[in-house]
Amino acid sequence: MNVKDIAEKCGFRIAAGEDALSRSVEGIYCCDLLSFAMGRAPENFAWITVMGNMNSVAVASLADVACIVLCDRVQPDEDMLKKAEQQDIAILLSDQPAFDTGLKMYEAIH
Amino acid sequence: MTLNYTVPGDDFTRAGEASGDLKRKMKKLGFPSDVIRKVSIALYEGEINMVIHAYGGEITAEISSSEIDLTLADTGPGIPDIEKAMQDGFSTATEQVRNLGFGAGMGLPNMKKYSDEFHIESEVGVGTTVRMKIYNHS
Repeated sequence: MNVKDIAEKCGFRIAAGEDALSRSVEGIYCCDLLSFAMGRAPENFAWITVMGNMNSVAVASLADVACIVLCDRVQPDEDMLKKAEQQDIAILLSDQPAFDTGLKMYEAIH
Repeated sequence: MTLNYTVPGDDFTRAGEASGDLKRKMKKLGFPSDVIRKVSIALYEGEINMVIHAYGGEITAEISSSEIDLTLADTGPGIPDIEKAMQDGFSTATEQVRNLGFGAGMGLPNMKKYSDEFHIESEVGVGTTVRMKIYNHS
């Protein structure tokens, strides 16, 4: 399932990264500490976090995750959106907390 | 091929420029993705450390077909107890840095974990130099 399908199925808003919506999502990873996420988020997984700043985009790009899902109504700041467009990283927005967001995505994928 | 980068101090908006650029160049050169990932993570952690703790610094990346040799040198405050700094979870980062998602005490341990050779030298009041080698297995 690709990023766009997940966004539609789960009702997430797409905030950035139109060009990256066709990326395939192979799993779900959830963490807010950037060093943890960078070292442990598997490639091509969707990464759920509340860190809505540009450093998350750098981590997403380096770890090569499929997309960032900002949960719990967190809004990305302007710098984050700009960097996401530059680096082709899709950002999805979820109103629900991390666990519920991940569960919803899991149900959509499986 | 040798690449040089300057990391500006105290500017989080530019941390990741060196690792991002090196990642793109390695992709173009056809390195395997797991080697690129190791280099990217090790170097990004180093960049963040330079921004947080050392008022910036200089990075040299030497790329050959067999290995990537990274040298990160700063003239920051130095590390009084390297053994302690290398422990998982030990951090001297500020509250502001932690709020950005950093400062979990994973930086140096990650750099060691993702490099095949890791060497650190530091002198208080003089600065810190980290050398990391990542082998290209292909």
